[in-house]
Amino acid sequence: MTSNTPPRPAASTARFRPSPVLARLSVLFVALLILFALLLGERLFNATAIRSMAFQLPELGVLSLAMMIPLLSGGLDLSIIATANLSALAAAYIFTHFGTGGGTGAVVWHIVALVAAFGVAGAIGLLNGMVIAYLGVSPILATLGTMTFVKGVAVGLTHGGVISGFPSFMVFIGNGSLLHVPVVLIVFVLVAIPVGVMLARSPFGQKVAMLGSNEQAVRYSGIDTRRVLVRVYLLSALLSAVAGLLMMARFNSANAAYGESYLLITILAAVLGGVDPAGGFGRVSGLVLSLIVLQLVSTAANLLNISQFLSLALWGAVLLGVAGVGRVWASLRPMLKRR
Amino acid sequence: MPEFLKRGLHSHEGKLLLVVLALIVFLSVATPSFFTLQNLVDLLTSYAFSGMLAAGLLVVLISGGIDISFTASASVAQYVAMTVANAYHIGWLGVIGICGGVGIACGLLNALLIGTLGLSSIIVTIATLNVFFGLLMFATHGNEIFSLPDWFVNGASWVVYTDKNETPYAFNLQMLGLISAFVLTAIILTRTNIGRQIYALGSNKDAAQRVGIKVFRINLLVYGYMGFVAGMASLIQAQDAQSVSPNALVGRELDVLAAVVLGGASLTGGVGTVSGTILGVMLLACLENGLLLLGVPSYWSQCFTGAVILIAVSALAIERQRHRAAARRVMA
Repeated sequence: MTSNTPPRPAASTARFRPSPVLARLSVLFVALLILFALLLGERLFNATAIRSMAFQLPELGVLSLAMMIPLLSGGLDLSIIATANLSALAAAYIFTHFGTGGGTGAVVWHIVALVAAFGVAGAIGLLNGMVIAYLGVSPILATLGTMTFVKGVAVGLTHGGVISGFPSFMVFIGNGSLLHVPVVLIVFVLVAIPVGVMLARSPFGQKVAMLGSNEQAVRYSGIDTRRVLVRVYLLSALLSAVAGLLMMARFNSANAAYGESYLLITILAAVLGGVDPAGGFGRVSGLVLSLIVLQLVSTAANLLNISQFLSLALWGAVLLGVAGVGRVWASLRPMLKRR
Repeated sequence: MPEFLKRGLHSHEGKLLLVVLALIVFLSVATPSFFTLQNLVDLLTSYAFSGMLAAGLLVVLISGGIDISFTASASVAQYVAMTVANAYHIGWLGVIGICGGVGIACGLLNALLIGTLGLSSIIVTIATLNVFFGLLMFATHGNEIFSLPDWFVNGASWVVYTDKNETPYAFNLQMLGLISAFVLTAIILTRTNIGRQIYALGSNKDAAQRVGIKVFRINLLVYGYMGFVAGMASLIQAQDAQSVSPNALVGRELDVLAAVVLGGASLTGGVGTVSGTILGVMLLACLENGLLLLGVPSYWSQCFTGAVILIAVSALAIERQRHRAAARRVMA
């Protein structure tokens, strides 16, 4: 079948444009809402269920943002979960060893803990960026190496154990609400909006997207692609640290192996949200919509007493289904136009 | 120095061989238990599963694709085969048939989706990984199978050597599987027309299409073969572990990828050899095993593995940059 069609050089970008994806996702979202409204009604659309969704979405949300930026640049960051956990552990260590007393001393240590978390993440991000940009290692391999290494450091230092017992403000971030809105959701919004604006409107965002479309052309137009790449992986690592702190606040503990099943899911969420895995195209708005769809499926499955693993399967199926519908639509459209 | 030796040392496999030999010599001197027949038997038995998967994944990488879902296909294959084997008397041919069949079916599904959806192979196989694994966990409720049929548990082994203390050393099913996977892969890649087509497809897809290579058919074959190898690997893994757990294998896919890539296979396709892959698997296996024998706490072994992967992929990339620079100088 493929042999009869002439080769298309820009196939991957032409097939997967972002805006139709957004339209398809909105249709899917509305269809799911109607389906679940018929199936579940009040049980899904009440304050408790919606609040629980709002508590669960941000972790995966921030991690998906951390994955989305490298994806936009045409790369991938497999080390996000390991980075999140190691930065959370760094903060957790300082919280539990130095920041236990009261008064200003403790407050200073709390700030040191947060700085340490971002410092650890920054170092990992720089390592990723340097290896990818200056040595020319493919992003999958470089971040596969750092993922194993960083997780190894975390497991080695903690012997696989859990660190718990944090100051009250972390507990509040993880489980508290402001005006009935979960603090984790507020944090997610405060992270997602600047990232979205930066990617869509700032020169840096433009450079990242252009890098994903055609790296050589960007380099020939006088942009230092290597510096942009380093910043991409630095930003990804810093976002991972935010996610790590969120996870730590939610579980009130830190561990080397939290959230590992999220790793490949973040790629699914980003691609479902219209981020081209080959790079160049994608918006935060699409990603947020896809996260809401995924969360809706998982919460509804939970309320219907369906195993969480079936919702994992459904997530994969949703991505394949959306891509399939897109292909059918793309092959039908020329026929409709001709008429 | 003879010409073939010089060329051998300049290839990636040659350098890797030196590294692996150096590691083996160091470990043999540093610990008495490394260079023993018993340790060799243990190594071959416990790394047979990853080794076989590496052989399958090599073929996929050479064709320019990637497969992440093989651990899930392997889990499904062994669970189905062992459930049936517990209920009916199907014998070895039966379980081999079921494992191979389920694996091939999963692989063909991957190829079909990659060919029709217009998504890259990594995205499709991440999605199918979740679909296969999610459905398996849903259907089995995560229950393990502890009692397997006696004929399967006993397996088959051929004692080839008995030492002075009457300790027998046997050639077991795991070794048989590992060796056959590498031999079969080597034959396909270097001795058949299809192997040439796989290399051609991975090197330049457009050119391959223009000379009449049927991309979709080759993809069916490549992913089907990966699925078949995953099925076989899952069988010998179940025989070694003496039980089947639906979530024991998923999560190891990136380790296998690391081994294949250390062996010099390129993610962009067209590059990779069986000998390199064997060395890549050997490097990681000897490293983990050696650290354990040296008395390094097992908590730190992953850290060393990660560092080795980072150094190796960086060295490979620097090597390629130099090649490219040299090629540019020749052109100018």
